[in-house]
Amino acid sequence: MDQFTLNLLVVGASFALYIGIAIWARAGSTSEFYAAGQGVNPVINGMATAADWMSAASFISMAGLIAFVGYSNSTFLMGWTGGYVLMAMLLAPYLRKFGKYTVPEFVGDRYYSTSARVVAVICLLVISVTYVIGQMTGAGVAFSRFLEVTSTQGLLIASTVVFIYAVLGGMKGITYTQVAQYIVLIVAYTIPAVFISLQLTGNPIPGLGLFSTMPSTGEPLLVTLNGLLTDLGFSEYTTGSNPWLMALFTLSLMIGTAGLPHVIIRFFTVPKVADARWSAGWALVFIALLYLTAPAVGAMARLNITTTMWPNGVEGEAVAVDELPDWFQTWSVTGLLKVEDKNGDGRIQYYNEGGPGMAELAAERGWAGNELVTFNRDILVLANPEIAQLPGWVIALIAAGGLAAALSTAAGLLLAISSAISHDLVKSVFNPNISEKGELLVARISMAFAIALATYLGINPPGFAAQVVALAFGLAAATLFPTLMMGIFSKRMNAPGATLGMVAGLVVTCAYLFTYLGVFFIPGTNMLANSADNWLFGIPPTHFGPIGALINFGVAYAVSSVTAPPPKEIQDLVESVRIPRGAGTALAK
Amino acid sequence: MAENNNAYWSANIRLVTICLVIWALCSYGFAILLRPMLSGIAVGGTDLGFWFAQQGSILVFLALIFFYAWRMNKLDKEYGVDEQ
Repeated sequence: MDQFTLNLLVVGASFALYIGIAIWARAGSTSEFYAAGQGVNPVINGMATAADWMSAASFISMAGLIAFVGYSNSTFLMGWTGGYVLMAMLLAPYLRKFGKYTVPEFVGDRYYSTSARVVAVICLLVISVTYVIGQMTGAGVAFSRFLEVTSTQGLLIASTVVFIYAVLGGMKGITYTQVAQYIVLIVAYTIPAVFISLQLTGNPIPGLGLFSTMPSTGEPLLVTLNGLLTDLGFSEYTTGSNPWLMALFTLSLMIGTAGLPHVIIRFFTVPKVADARWSAGWALVFIALLYLTAPAVGAMARLNITTTMWPNGVEGEAVAVDELPDWFQTWSVTGLLKVEDKNGDGRIQYYNEGGPGMAELAAERGWAGNELVTFNRDILVLANPEIAQLPGWVIALIAAGGLAAALSTAAGLLLAISSAISHDLVKSVFNPNISEKGELLVARISMAFAIALATYLGINPPGFAAQVVALAFGLAAATLFPTLMMGIFSKRMNAPGATLGMVAGLVVTCAYLFTYLGVFFIPGTNMLANSADNWLFGIPPTHFGPIGALINFGVAYAVSSVTAPPPKEIQDLVESVRIPRGAGTALAK
Repeated sequence: MAENNNAYWSANIRLVTICLVIWALCSYGFAILLRPMLSGIAVGGTDLGFWFAQQGSILVFLALIFFYAWRMNKLDKEYGVDEQ
């Protein structure tokens, strides 16, 4: 059986499974559509949260991000997991006790204000819509690479599948498909990693293999890697850059993670407050299975690539063009990988032209520049099975895993978007008398509309698609997280304070990003060049989240201290979300 | 009743504070800012700070969340505010 048929079979089988689950888990009420009837087991919810959270970026790009930078990009590992500690202790249990369906709904009720609710809807839409674009393009790319269709066709297939299970099943359908998607993606990620770790270090657990000794050199893996890289003019793998900027970026990712609405709403689906606490732990268990493996995949792949390019060691001859492994051929076709024999010696020299002393070394050895011209970091994970010479079904599994990661996150985001529209705008602001059946229909229509919008934006990505991560995390940190936290931890926080705090966080963060990255990220409209000399206090725009959060907290506190305290019933509401007892009554509402 | 609830809430704040201090110490501390201080402790070809940055922090986060859940579910019962 050829690779294409195998890919088609495995991906097709996984899709059939998702649609089967959707038919089985149809939503019959708004409670099921928005919160899966609040009856999801905490372990199951943890697994669904892990799939919801781990996007195409986690699955495909993260190992590459770490591999080509090393220690400094550990920020992604800590930032994207540490946020769960904040969520488990500062948000999830109390929001579950509140017992409603959406994040803007809590903001609106807690701050007894329709304007606060509408501002929260705006923040949610900006965060989730930008985030979903990346997922849709990711799904399209994964399709086109493995199934030989154009990325537009791939995107349309992906949208159709999401449409079926999200419109039909709402949160209930999404929850159980996410569980299946988690299993597909973690199996796909782990199998090649275990084999590579075994080949290099003899240790079957990649996270341990990373710190093990390699039998082939008798040295620890990281020592070998550091040695190879410095010989080729790259910086040491285990050495970092500015620690304060690393800490700030980690904080930005952590607060942003805790403030992402599509993750928060997953905790509305469990039966009890105690379950919400356990469920956050289980979510991190399932996330950690991938996040503890990713840094090992990164380091080992970097080592494998370097030794592939220098089979006789850095002192010996570089790899000959006709001895390059087969996967070089396969991936050259996609344009993600390119070699160019600049000095015409029939060999490919891979090194860092700008490294210390490399110009002299190149002159001495007759090199005419780095000849591995393009090496896209996403190849690391996608080509991992081929690099480790694993059978074809593992390659097919990677295709299904990448699609599962993109689809599961897209579905979670689409639900957050559609429930904000149907529940927080249509039902609360425009038509409070809408019937239960009417609202369910509106929820399904908004879902269909959200999918159509995401598909359109996926096919015609706006210029800012690449900046999505900075925008979504920065805004989540600067707007929703502080507002939610103050709603629980401060009884004194009132409507004007929270609303103005959110607006200040939103406006200042956008202004800072737009100053350096362009108005709405349109190239050429930035007021200052995006370089360290221009940054305020040397803070890069991607690291701005915690500053935005501070501004939100500060403005909210200042405004609330000069305006009237919230009414008695709101203070009672805050008392009640702090105490687990009575969550059952919230359920019945 | 109100007094009991306030005592429960203070106990929660205390627990959260302790957990978040450990959370910050392991990630921002050991893995990043305090890494030079730990550079003497070797782990698999590198130092303890690198291990914390790529493995240790995540394991500590896990332990913290499960500890918090276990401890809070116990506090709920002690203060009689658990869900029945």
